Amino acid sequence: MSAEPRKAALEGLRVVEFAVFAAGPLVGKHLGEHGAEVIRVESQVSPDGFRVHYPPFKDNKPGLERGGSYALFNDQVLNVTLDLKQPKAVSLAKELVSKSDIVIENFAAGVMDRLGLGYSDLRRVKPDLIMLSSCNQGQTGRRATQRGFGSQLTSMSGFTHLTGYGAGEPPVLLYGPYVDFVAVGFGLIAVLAALDYRRRTGDGQHIDLSQYEAGIQFITPAVLDEQVNGHIQEAQGNRDPNAVPHGVYPCEGEDQWCAIAIFNDEEWSAFCRAAEKPQWASDMRFRTSAGRRAHENELDKLVAEWTSHFKARTVMERLQSEGVPAGVVQSVPDLFSCPQLLHRNQWVKLNHPEFGTYEHEAPPFILSETPAELCRSSALLGEHNDYVFEKIVGLSGPEVQALKEQGVIA
Amino acid sequence: MKDNGLLAAYRVLDLTDESGYSCGKILADLGADVIKIESPRGDAARRLGPFPSGVSDPEKSLYFISYNLGKRGITLDIRTPKGRDLLKRLASQADFLIETLPPGTLDRTEFDSRLIIVSITPFGQSGPYCNYKGSDLILMAMSGLMSLIGEAGRMPLRVSLPQSPMWAGMYAAAGALVAHYYRQVTNIGQHVDVSMQASLLWALANAPAFWATNRMAPSRGGSHITGRSMTGARMRAIYECKDGYINFIIYGGKAGRRSNQALVEWMAEHGLATDSLLKKDWNRFSIETSTQGEIDEIEGPTARLFLQYTKAEFLEEAFKREMIGYPVANARDILEDPHLKDREFWERIDEPMLGIPWRFPGIFARFSQMAPARLRPAPRVGEHNSEIYERELGLSPGDLARLREENIV
Repeated sequence: MSAEPRKAALEGLRVVEFAVFAAGPLVGKHLGEHGAEVIRVESQVSPDGFRVHYPPFKDNKPGLERGGSYALFNDQVLNVTLDLKQPKAVSLAKELVSKSDIVIENFAAGVMDRLGLGYSDLRRVKPDLIMLSSCNQGQTGRRATQRGFGSQLTSMSGFTHLTGYGAGEPPVLLYGPYVDFVAVGFGLIAVLAALDYRRRTGDGQHIDLSQYEAGIQFITPAVLDEQVNGHIQEAQGNRDPNAVPHGVYPCEGEDQWCAIAIFNDEEWSAFCRAAEKPQWASDMRFRTSAGRRAHENELDKLVAEWTSHFKARTVMERLQSEGVPAGVVQSVPDLFSCPQLLHRNQWVKLNHPEFGTYEHEAPPFILSETPAELCRSSALLGEHNDYVFEKIVGLSGPEVQALKEQGVIA
Repeated sequence: MKDNGLLAAYRVLDLTDESGYSCGKILADLGADVIKIESPRGDAARRLGPFPSGVSDPEKSLYFISYNLGKRGITLDIRTPKGRDLLKRLASQADFLIETLPPGTLDRTEFDSRLIIVSITPFGQSGPYCNYKGSDLILMAMSGLMSLIGEAGRMPLRVSLPQSPMWAGMYAAAGALVAHYYRQVTNIGQHVDVSMQASLLWALANAPAFWATNRMAPSRGGSHITGRSMTGARMRAIYECKDGYINFIIYGGKAGRRSNQALVEWMAEHGLATDSLLKKDWNRFSIETSTQGEIDEIEGPTARLFLQYTKAEFLEEAFKREMIGYPVANARDILEDPHLKDREFWERIDEPMLGIPWRFPGIFARFSQMAPARLRPAPRVGEHNSEIYERELGLSPGDLARLREENIV
């Protein structure tokens, strides 16, 4: 017999985050999207780096509540402030954890222990606690305590080396802290798997997630290639060993490009049909994929000459209508008007006192019975102090007020 | 007490092609019994390289092996009515079904409502582009990520190793487990519609925030980081060193102050620090208002300093000096990293097709209640047909022989 269907998949779960920047907070946001009650512990003394150090700020005016990256990574999450340097604040944090299911933290290894909030401290107040510790290189090993950021760790995890124009040119960045977001997905999976284990056995656990090791999962074939063949994979521009032509081609307008990937002879014929170039289809040099490979530079020039007469979207639509893989190199603004992403309600507009409205990012998967609901924009610093310390921790209004005055809830 | 896998209680049918292999791999890492279902001729992706010594062999694709490790394998032609019938019987003993077929190919109503069906497609199950063809390059383009990679004024770039299948597989596993949590409470399964394009959006990091906040379009800066300062200053992040490259930038905040100060001290040891750098008060430096002049002054001596060190030496020094920076590592650097050895990260797996036991990446996280699973090798085509069809599904050897003759298995 089915129980009464519920509205959100993760309803009833409570999560506490001691987290900074993206790698920790975004795991909580994802849990919140599906109905978990997520509470982020921050402080006035040392607010999140995305509130203070990094653009964008709304209208380029810095301010604690004006950080655009903070807004992107912290919707669906409640916010309380505790000055964890004070023993009373630590014991309040523990009381909150004792009434929760999951703790997420992404400080450098050892920081939570020094605060008195390590796994061994917290499991004393909540024996079946699930705790995710996510940091650059894991909780153990010779460099466990090294501080670092995803923008550089992306390079140590092997991604940057594989990205560039090739032919001896230096590597290029993958824009931001790419590997942080790999770690977010794996952190989410880890917590969900531990929840199932807890349901079956009654036991919680500690999860040690090294963002570095999470990243390496994404380059496994290169790791095997090095061992089996002694071959170190290098950046190849946009070329691909299994497709030709394979690249981005300039289109009408400034910095407009369309990606085209042709994997076999059928796609090549379809491409020539869509481009109305029967002479290419009959050109013996391009008949087979080996031939196209041998004349790749020439072919790239021909294709680029053709695409440059059209808008990128036109090239994509013409090729796709003949079944040829093609896609516009969308800019970030393009993403906000991409008909496919709009169809999936990828951007959810919510009100916020400083931003006016802000478009929050929905998860990449849609559940048929319990789709994600984005209903809460990023919280103001300490916005939910009264609710959390009164309704969840169980203090009285005057007690909370006194703790604020003592600088504990601060 | 250690369990033999957090998800050891569950069975997964894996009907994916290379765009979704990693989802089942992740669930297998967590102990689930994952059955890879291929067409009787084997997956087309078995023809994807690299191969040992470059010799193509469907049982030796390093790509296939990488992401099918830990799964059992059977063959089944699901396009035939008998094949579909068998699929339904297999599904009645399964908890999850993962598939990458074109939208609408699989009819959900034919399966038990408890089954969680995870569909991974380039653009999703519905919408204007749902029937568009994808590939890694196409999705990297359509996700916006390429527009942010490469030098300004030159063509946008992708990573030279497919990334979209990894992002999609990862989020597919997450979606499956959210649905699973709900099922364990309500006994109701659901359909998880994963878009590869949407899965890549988080790879853009905070780029969408620039548009959502100020209607500004972030752009690519090659080996420079952009968007760190409101003055628009560009900051070099990739520096040449003795045997490759290093990724280092100046940071703000407390950790940045310590790192920046250590950099200047290190420069001074080599006589590279200018007077003004020696006198610079990092407590008063803020990254969000830094100017191009300030940044350039730091860049020159930094470049000269790093040229005197190898990647490994830099990593050791950066750790010792509490500086924020890492080498641009390749696969060999990663395999040789002593820190990963300390953590016993690598797992030696005896892949019979590859000769000797190679080192594979260990599980993506350590769980205090689970010993890292020792994964089985990737399946050969139809390797577990008898085991699964006869012993577990209860077909007779005669039934199975007939199905083989009819080319269904």
